[in-house]
Amino acid sequence: MAFENLTSRIQTAMKNLSGKGKVSEGDLDETLREIRLALLEADVNLKIARSFIAQVREKALGAKVLEGLNPSEQIIKIVNDQLTDMMGAQAVPLNKSPKIPTVIMMAGLQGAGKTTTVAKLANKLKNDNHARPLLIAADVYRPAAIEQLQTLGRQLSIPVFDEGTDVDPRQIVKDGLKQADQEKNDYVFIDTAGRLQIDELLMQELKDIEKIAKPDEILLTVDAMTGQNATETAQGFNDALGITGVVLTKLDGDTRGGAALSIREVTGKPIKFVGEGEKVTDLDVFYPDRMASRILGMGDILSLIEKTQKDVDAKQAAAQLQKLQENSFDFNDFLDQLKQVQNMGPMEDMLKMIPGMANNPALAQVQVGPKDFAHMEAIVYSMTPAERLDPELLSPARRRRIAAGSGRPVIDVNKMIKQFKQMRQMMYKFTNGKGGLPAGMEDMLSGVDPSALGADPAQMGGMMPSFPNQGGFGGKVADFAMKRAFKKIQKAKKKRNKRRK
Amino acid sequence: MSLFDRLLGRKKDEETPQKTFLGKVKDALAPLSADEDQTLAENKPASTPQKPAESDSASSEDHYEAGLTKTRSSFAEKFQLLMANFRAVDENFFDELEETLIAADVGFEIALKISDELQDEVRLKNATSKKEVQETIIEKLVDVYDRAGNGEDNSMHMAAAGNPSVFLFVGVNGVGKTTTIGKMAQLYRQQGKKVLLAAADTFRAGATEQLVEWAKRDQVDVVTGKEKSDPAAVVFDAVKRAVDQHYDILFVDTAGRLQNNENLMRELEKMKKTITRQLPEAPQEVLLVLDATTGQNALQQARLFKDSTDVTGLVLTKLDGTAKGGIVLAIRQELHLPVKWVGLGEKVTDLAPFDADQFVYGLFKDLI
Repeated sequence: MAFENLTSRIQTAMKNLSGKGKVSEGDLDETLREIRLALLEADVNLKIARSFIAQVREKALGAKVLEGLNPSEQIIKIVNDQLTDMMGAQAVPLNKSPKIPTVIMMAGLQGAGKTTTVAKLANKLKNDNHARPLLIAADVYRPAAIEQLQTLGRQLSIPVFDEGTDVDPRQIVKDGLKQADQEKNDYVFIDTAGRLQIDELLMQELKDIEKIAKPDEILLTVDAMTGQNATETAQGFNDALGITGVVLTKLDGDTRGGAALSIREVTGKPIKFVGEGEKVTDLDVFYPDRMASRILGMGDILSLIEKTQKDVDAKQAAAQLQKLQENSFDFNDFLDQLKQVQNMGPMEDMLKMIPGMANNPALAQVQVGPKDFAHMEAIVYSMTPAERLDPELLSPARRRRIAAGSGRPVIDVNKMIKQFKQMRQMMYKFTNGKGGLPAGMEDMLSGVDPSALGADPAQMGGMMPSFPNQGGFGGKVADFAMKRAFKKIQKAKKKRNKRRK
Repeated sequence: MSLFDRLLGRKKDEETPQKTFLGKVKDALAPLSADEDQTLAENKPASTPQKPAESDSASSEDHYEAGLTKTRSSFAEKFQLLMANFRAVDENFFDELEETLIAADVGFEIALKISDELQDEVRLKNATSKKEVQETIIEKLVDVYDRAGNGEDNSMHMAAAGNPSVFLFVGVNGVGKTTTIGKMAQLYRQQGKKVLLAAADTFRAGATEQLVEWAKRDQVDVVTGKEKSDPAAVVFDAVKRAVDQHYDILFVDTAGRLQNNENLMRELEKMKKTITRQLPEAPQEVLLVLDATTGQNALQQARLFKDSTDVTGLVLTKLDGTAKGGIVLAIRQELHLPVKWVGLGEKVTDLAPFDADQFVYGLFKDLI
């Protein structure tokens, strides 16, 4: 089952449209069908997908064609705006009680990640706000749930209140709050046991705890991989407790996370945080716009559309770029690039941002670990300043020295230099405005030389034909993106040169 | 006899529920008690009575029925709603059918495929009345399900006598790996097996304690390692102990990991290699534990875990909720991985061997 991304889908649906200045109703319906399917594939609940499409349809029909955007871009923009809107236009902070303590209660199904979230959130408050949180362990059902919270508390030096598993959770909460009052803790977290929203007995327990603790914040924790069932879960918990916010966990997976939209729509409550990894620091505030592009599987193309709109004259920008061109891409630039790429996250994610690359099966072959970057860095660091500026200096003897210095085999050093040269060539092409996207992209990808990074180059090559943006809208956008990237390199270079002088 | 015919037959049998129920229990026990007889003969002559195991499985059958009620009724409900709105066999009708299937997490591609096939079938049979259409659809659905599972083996594989069988449990975070092991270990211990658990989740806080607690409840032994130590080392120790002390079954609990995290997937491969190096035939089973509430991502999970550890079967947990677990159908179609067990609740007895016929029967019982 090949998952196509929405961009290529819409492009297929709208192939016959390019050049037309207006979207007809028939064209629109076909496109909307594709969008609906993309939403369903992302696990957006059926009913919600349906109402969403209806809203987009209404807007799209009434919309005037914006200057500089072709019909497919226009529809993507409407879809994205609508999606972002529906998920709450901006991040919502944690509720805070006017007088201490602020009580935060967790709720959710089994295995959603409540305990982990409690630890992450408490840690965040402790570090960012110098908070003195207390964690109450009220999960008396799952074996070792209390030990889990205790261990986390110990690791983070945050106190945990527990009374073992033989005491009723209601009593534990009462006693825990009393202790928080005495100790003057400013935040209290209540970690509850996972439960099904249809389990009346356990839901009653939650309601009772809610009455006892009168929490300022009731956070529903939901697994981002949840399917169509997300609405039922969210509805169940919201009806029983009146949740105040949502935490979406396990977003570091490759799920599209359509559940986010479903939950938001059904409960009307904001998604406040997202869990993105197993470390205690892997908690981020929720960005509706990022989630929107993720659900649609469109990578960063949306933000590029936004930018195209703002930069009225892309031509002018290109001219500027030409002026800036200097064909002197050296190892310092290369190092710079490496660092930037590392800052942007894992390589796979980066590639996914390129339109048409998300969900590309060939992408699975590109396995670039953080270590590969570290190795490349080590090699560059083992060069003399002169060598970094002029790669032509690198004689075999020097290469052997660099290999010894960086602790890498000579083969790696050679590969890296080859990659570097390819990259430089591509730079040259681009800054001279000759490289159209397909050629440029190919060079860039070979610039990341998959063979050096553990992937098969043939498979990487195989990826090219599926690249959907041969000219047209996608091509233009991607072209633009590349140019922007190079502009950035040039800027960094200038800065560096200045510093040197 | 096709599965559909079998289901129709079963429906008729319902008139004498007592008999059917016993039959069901026997069916479910067949693979287990065969094994049990063997062990009893070899190891413990009549020391473990057969009775408790049987009554226990019987009660787990009850759970199966009760646990699935929610799942079943919501699918039946949705389907009946669809049929209630039935006016004519047209494009709209099939669109809605498609959506009903999608709402059960069946997945878009499969739903589309089924709906296309149905469209042909309904035309071929020239079905126009509501009843005819409904029957055709259900027959087709059952048929699709049956066909995809053709030749599937959902029994548990055991090692040759004298060697321990090793079951490796894998899956993403929070799906219920440890809980499943806790339940399954109890089941096998009651059958007279000597069971050992390996707490190879050295990463998550409290994971080892959780398994140790289950071991205490199940009265079985457990091998643990230090927090944050190499899980493969725990696996090594556990396999060694299982061989030296003649355990029948070793359950290996691993840390939850997301399938796109390469390093952790490699760690899993290493654990599997550690087992195979000591026992070339092992692990006899690599069970991927899936949360029934998971949507389309489950397919990706199945695919990537299969790649790294050669998964032999699935355990579908949390089926006692409102999720329909329709993704199983997609996994069946795509990867031909059989579901071997289903988790239906939090109690130790809430685990049942998966019976495909029964699952489908549960889904469609009220409709045929």
